[in-house]
Amino acid sequence: MTEMTVETVRAEVRAWLKQNWDPNLGLVEWRNKLIESGWGAPHWPKVWYGRDLPDGMLPIVEEEFERISAVGVAKMGIRTLAAATILAHGTDLHKQKFLRRILTGEDTWCQLFSEPGSGSDLAGAMTKAERRGNRWVINGQKVWTTSAHRADYGLLLARTNVDLPKHKGLAYFILDMRQPGVEVVPLRQMNGHASFNQVFFTDAEVAPEFLVEDDGDGWKIATTTLMHERRGADAMRRYIKPSERPERVYREEAREIAIDLEPYKWYPQRAGRVDLVIARAKETGRNRDPVVRQEIAKLMIMARCSEWTARRARAAHQYGRPQGPEGSLGKLASSYVARAANQVHTLISGADAMLTGKNSPMNGVIAEILVSTPAISIAGGTDEIQKNIIAERVLKMPKEPRFDTDRPFRDVPKNVLPK
Amino acid sequence: MRFSFTDEQQEFRSVVRRFLENKSPTTAVRRLMETDVGYDPEVWRSLTEDLGLTAIHIPEIYGGQGFGISELAITVEEMGRALLCAPYFASTVLATTAILKAGTDAQKQALLPDIAAGKTIAALAFTEENGRWDAGGVATTATPVGEKYRLDGIKSFVLDGHTADVIVVVARRPGSTEANGLSFFTVRGNAAGLERCNLATMDQTRKLARLTFSGVEAQLLGEEGAAAGPLEVTLDVAAICLANEMVGGAARLHESAVAFANMRVQFGRPIASFQSLKHKAADMLLDVELAKSAAYYAAAAADEGDEDLPALASLAKAAASEAYMQTAIHTVQIHGGIGFTWDNDTHLWFKRAKSSEVFLGGSAYHRERLMQIWQV
Repeated sequence: MTEMTVETVRAEVRAWLKQNWDPNLGLVEWRNKLIESGWGAPHWPKVWYGRDLPDGMLPIVEEEFERISAVGVAKMGIRTLAAATILAHGTDLHKQKFLRRILTGEDTWCQLFSEPGSGSDLAGAMTKAERRGNRWVINGQKVWTTSAHRADYGLLLARTNVDLPKHKGLAYFILDMRQPGVEVVPLRQMNGHASFNQVFFTDAEVAPEFLVEDDGDGWKIATTTLMHERRGADAMRRYIKPSERPERVYREEAREIAIDLEPYKWYPQRAGRVDLVIARAKETGRNRDPVVRQEIAKLMIMARCSEWTARRARAAHQYGRPQGPEGSLGKLASSYVARAANQVHTLISGADAMLTGKNSPMNGVIAEILVSTPAISIAGGTDEIQKNIIAERVLKMPKEPRFDTDRPFRDVPKNVLPK
Repeated sequence: MRFSFTDEQQEFRSVVRRFLENKSPTTAVRRLMETDVGYDPEVWRSLTEDLGLTAIHIPEIYGGQGFGISELAITVEEMGRALLCAPYFASTVLATTAILKAGTDAQKQALLPDIAAGKTIAALAFTEENGRWDAGGVATTATPVGEKYRLDGIKSFVLDGHTADVIVVVARRPGSTEANGLSFFTVRGNAAGLERCNLATMDQTRKLARLTFSGVEAQLLGEEGAAAGPLEVTLDVAAICLANEMVGGAARLHESAVAFANMRVQFGRPIASFQSLKHKAADMLLDVELAKSAAYYAAAAADEGDEDLPALASLAKAAASEAYMQTAIHTVQIHGGIGFTWDNDTHLWFKRAKSSEVFLGGSAYHRERLMQIWQV
C-alpha cells in the first residue's frame, strides 16, 4: 500500500469525485454511494464506512468537495454526536442499524440529557429506567430537547439505581422516539420562539440490546457525547450554506438544511449581531454621539479580541501544541460580547428599543437581539460553570466542595418539582 | 503567523525570560527605581552585548539583528513581566523606530550601530506639557540657521530623557500647524542650551523628564517638514510594543494573584477555594488573554505591512490599558490588606499599569482614534 500523504489523499478523493459526483442523483442515493466509497466519513474506521484517515487530513477532503461543490453526508444536529457515541461505545448491532442512516440523513436524533431538575448538574438526572421482564421501562421528563418533535431516536441518560452514588446509578439508552410512551411538547422561550421541546416518558420502552454498554456506564458514555458536542460546535457552522443550484441533490439538501436549521434561526441574534452595530450607528446618526462611539469601540475591541483568541486556540491545536488557557475562554468571551452588544444596540436604537416585531428596527431583528442574548450565557454550560472550569482546570484553584457524590443518590437533596 | 509563535520565537522568549528572572528580580527593581538614573549599567551591558536585545529590529546593514516587530514585542512583553528598569523602551522602541522610519541611509549608518550595540542610549522627545499624543500638540519650533537648526520649546513626559545620549526631537517650522511643517531632529544629551529635569514619577520604574530647549543646535533627521508620516508609524509601533509590555505585566500580576489566593488561608480554607475568588480569577484570565490576542495580532500585522496598522495599534493599546489596570486593581483586592502595603510587590505593577494606561494615549483616546480610522 502506498503511504498516505496530503498529495495522495487529495489525488484519490479528487479522482473518485470526478468519476462519481452526479448532482442529478437523489440526496440519499448519492450519499449511499459516498458512504460505500469511504469518502463520506473518511476519519471513521474502514469497517464502518470510513478510511481510517487522520483527523488532520479531513480539511483536504473537505476542500476537494468544496472545490466542485459536491454534497457531503448529513452532518447537522445531534446525529453526529450519536454517531461518535455509537462508534466509541456501541455494539455491532448498533453500528449496523444506525450509522448508515445517520450519514444519509434519513434518521434524525435528539439528546435526552437535561431535565427540569438537572441543568448544569446533568448527572443528577432523575428520569427512571426500570427493568421489567425483557424490557427497560422509562418514566420521567427531559427538557431543552432540540428536534425531539421530529426525531427518530434519542440518546437517553436515565437513572437505574438510586442506592448508588449519583454518577454510578445511570445508564445510557438508544430510545425509539416513535412509540406511545413518548410525548413531545414544544417549549416556548422568552424571545417567543419554540426551538426546543419537553419530552415526557410514560412507560416508554427500550429493548435490552439498546442499552449502551452496561447498566452503570451511563455517565461515562454521556461524557463522550458531551465532549463531541463541545468539539463540534465550531464545525457545525461550516455546513449551513444551502446551495441555490437547480440540480436535484442541491434542492434536496437545501430542504434538509432548512429543516435542520429552523431551531437555530435566532442564534445569530443570540450572539449579539456585532456585525450590525456600525451600520446601525450610521443610519440612526448615533455615530455622532461621543459616548455611543466609545461604547461601540469597546464592543468592537472585545469582539475582535475574542475572535483572535479563538484563532490562537485553533492555531495551537493545528500545530499540535499543548492547549494554552486561550482554549478554555471562548464560551465565556462570547457571553460577554453578546451582553455588550445588546447594550450597544439598545444605546443606538434609543426609544425604538421598546418596540418589537414589524414596528421595531430592521423588522424585528434588533428587538430579537435584545431578548435573545441572555441565552448565550446559559446554554451549553452557564458562565458560572465555565468560570469554575477555568479556575479549577486552567488555574489549578481548589475544586468546589461537593456533598452529593459520596452517598447514595436517594439521600442527595433534590429539587422539589412543581406539580 | 498572527495566531501562533514559531518554535524559534518560543525559544527566544524563554531565553529572555530566564535572563530577566535572573537580572531583574523585584529586589533589583526596588533598588533601581529609587535611583535617578533608573537602570543598572551592568545589566544593560549584558542585555545589549550578551543577548543583543538592543539590536533586535535594526536591519543587519545598520549593525542590527534584522528581526521584526514580533520579536521586539516578545522582548518588551517579557520586560513588562519582569518590570525591568532600563531605557529599553525609550531607546530601542521609540527612538530607534523613529530613526528607522525617518532617517536617511547615512543618518541610520551614523546613529544605529551604536544604538544597536547599546553604547548609545537614545530617547524620543515628542510630547509637550499639554500632554497631547497627536502631532497637533507639538509647539516646539525649529528655526533654520545655515545647515543646522535651532530648537526652542519645552518637551515633557520624555521617557528616559534625562539620561539619553542622543535625543530625537519632534519640532515644527515656525508658523506651521497640526501635521504640517513637522520635522525630526537629533540633539546630543549634553547639548548647550538643553536643560533636563528628571520628573518625579508615580511609577518609579518609568523615568520621565522635562527637556527645555533654549536655542539648542540640532541636526535635521530625514526630510524637512515630512515627519508627520514617520511619526505616526513610530507611535503605532510604540503603541503595539507598549500593549505587549502591558500584557506581560498583566499576566504576571494575574499569576501572583492566583498564587497568593492558593496560599492564603482564612476561615480554615485557602481563599482560592471561595467561588467569588475563582470567578474573579477566571474573569481576570479572560481579560489578559483577550488583550494578549490583540497585542500579538497587531505585532504580527506590523511585520506584514498591514495597512490597517493604525487601527490595530489603537485597538491593542486600548485593550491592554483596560486589561492591565483591571488586573492590577483585582490583584490588590485579592491580596487584601497586604496588597495595599509598600512591602508587597503588587503596587510596583499597579503603578506601571497606571502610567502605561496614560502613556502614548489613554484608552478613550485610542477608542476614538479607532472609530475615526474605521470611519464610523
